[in-house]
Amino acid sequence: MSFPGETPSRDAEVAAPAVSARPGVRPVLAPGEGEETPLRRIAADFAESRLALAGLALFLAILAIAVLAPVISPQNPYDLAQLDVLDSRLEPGARSGDGKQVFWLGTDDQGRDMLSAIFYGLRISLGVGVSATLCALALGLALGLAAAFLGGHVDTLIMRVADIQLSFPAILIALILLALLGQGIDKIIIALVAVQWAYYARTVRSAALVERSKEYIEAATGLALPASRIVFRHLLPNCLPPVIVVATVQVAAAIALEATLSFLGLGLPITEPSLGLLISNGFTYMLSGKYWISFFPGVALLATIVSINLVGDQLRDVLNPRLQI
Amino acid sequence: MLVYVIRRLLQSLVVLLAMSALVFVGVYAIGNPVDILINPQADQEDIERAIKGLGLDKPLWEQYLVFLQRALAGDLGRSFAFNVPAIQLIVERMPATLELATAAMLIAIVLGLPLGLWAGLAPRSVAGRMIMTGSILGFSLPTFWVGLMLIMVFSVHLGWLPSNGRGPTTELLGVPVSFLSWEGLRHLAMPATNLALFNLALVIRLTRAGTREALLQDYVKFARAKGLSDARVVGVHVLKNIAIPIVTVIGLQFGSLIAFAIVTETIFAWPGMGKLIIDSINVLDRPVIVAYLLVIVTLFIVINLLVDLLYSVLDPRVRLADART
Repeated sequence: MSFPGETPSRDAEVAAPAVSARPGVRPVLAPGEGEETPLRRIAADFAESRLALAGLALFLAILAIAVLAPVISPQNPYDLAQLDVLDSRLEPGARSGDGKQVFWLGTDDQGRDMLSAIFYGLRISLGVGVSATLCALALGLALGLAAAFLGGHVDTLIMRVADIQLSFPAILIALILLALLGQGIDKIIIALVAVQWAYYARTVRSAALVERSKEYIEAATGLALPASRIVFRHLLPNCLPPVIVVATVQVAAAIALEATLSFLGLGLPITEPSLGLLISNGFTYMLSGKYWISFFPGVALLATIVSINLVGDQLRDVLNPRLQI
Repeated sequence: MLVYVIRRLLQSLVVLLAMSALVFVGVYAIGNPVDILINPQADQEDIERAIKGLGLDKPLWEQYLVFLQRALAGDLGRSFAFNVPAIQLIVERMPATLELATAAMLIAIVLGLPLGLWAGLAPRSVAGRMIMTGSILGFSLPTFWVGLMLIMVFSVHLGWLPSNGRGPTTELLGVPVSFLSWEGLRHLAMPATNLALFNLALVIRLTRAGTREALLQDYVKFARAKGLSDARVVGVHVLKNIAIPIVTVIGLQFGSLIAFAIVTETIFAWPGMGKLIIDSINVLDRPVIVAYLLVIVTLFIVINLLVDLLYSVLDPRVRLADART
């Protein structure tokens, strides 16, 4: 529903980021009490949804687990000396043969503690997802800004390629690339970047086109600032909000895609088991009722993706004033 | 309209040419084409003969023309694994994939439209919120893991549904289909549901967003002011107007369903094109990989074309805007 009182706040939202990018004025991050900064308003708006806050908390917990995996895991799942084949395929909660250890989430076919394997798997899945997203973000930002700022043939060429690429599903493009390139962490990151750059390029281009026609850019141009300064100090910061939203959602998509490709046997090599590979390993034992080898890594994957999507969903609503109905 | 159709057809042709060139360069120029096109078990003499026969000693552009010529004649090489023309192999598997994708799309529409309408008409209600949270879950759930869980619950624990294969097929106009027999339907149920989840979430979200936007429009207010019943306002005025984006997305998603069927088919051992491509990648049956890529690219271009045409039929504004340019 639309209320008359809402209109000014919407305008304020659109204008607010421009203030921090005014030439010569450094953005003030910690102003006096009660003053509303874009960052504070975003944080307050974000906190309005408890679901999104829960998502953020869950994601931070998962991130902590991934970072601290070597410290908090009961076992190093890659160290074959620590594994005992006699412990293989134990049910969740079972004790190891020597009675020293409890496998809270069971063990896989090599006697590996699933809890530790999941902690390490999260590390790899998150690492691949985040680094692929950052690379794609950098590439997409560069190409999108170039398209918007240079225009003409450069614009046409970049956006045509992006259009054509976006008309094919991500999994198909990644599959083709991996079929040609082979396996490996670097290859899967290349495939994920190739899949994702177009989203950023498109988003940043449309944002940059809108921003470019605004007065502060005109003012910067009028001041005869160098083009690089206009692009990086004025245009880029103001194009970021929609890009951040896309990036959040794309991290989740990248993690899911990597897991899917690994499950299909096209992603990561068996020496670096991500969550997808763990699930794939358990698939063989699924039909004999040994559900835990696939089930728990899947829960971890799901929790990661859901938490990121919850945060992304709320960020989209907060950062996009048009959707605030 | 005719000008539009002709121009759109020409565009499709250009994209098809570009994609065939990409696939050609990908397969023939990256890596050794001898490895890709000649059976690795062939002896030296065979290889020499094949290089001559395939014209691999000629320059690249000439090779591309020959490749194009053969592709147009429907000759995309012979499968190493099955020793039949690759294209025949794919055409044989196509009905299974199309049946699966169609079933999934039907499930997504039949469930997604009413749920999306409900969530759109009562966005603040408990049911509306639950539907939306469910749709986030639908986006987040990794397809392959849901497939495994379905097998675990319905095949392993409950024993209700078969976990793999297509079951007995019935001939319908010369095409083998599963859905005409009870046993076939039982085989179809799980894979189709699995494949439908993502699109179900998508249809729900699109319908909800469209409904919320349409409810604010003047024509809805006017229809209400005329004293039309809620059923008529929603069923005729709202539904008709939100149909355009939904039809577009559903059409475009049909292509991605065929691509995502790769995952579902692998899990449920559904004998379609997707399982064929994964099997082919695993045994390096490259002619089949090339043929699959070309077939799927063509399929996508045809789908995109049909959606665009349908779009202009549904929305006169697009047609008019285009006629003027």
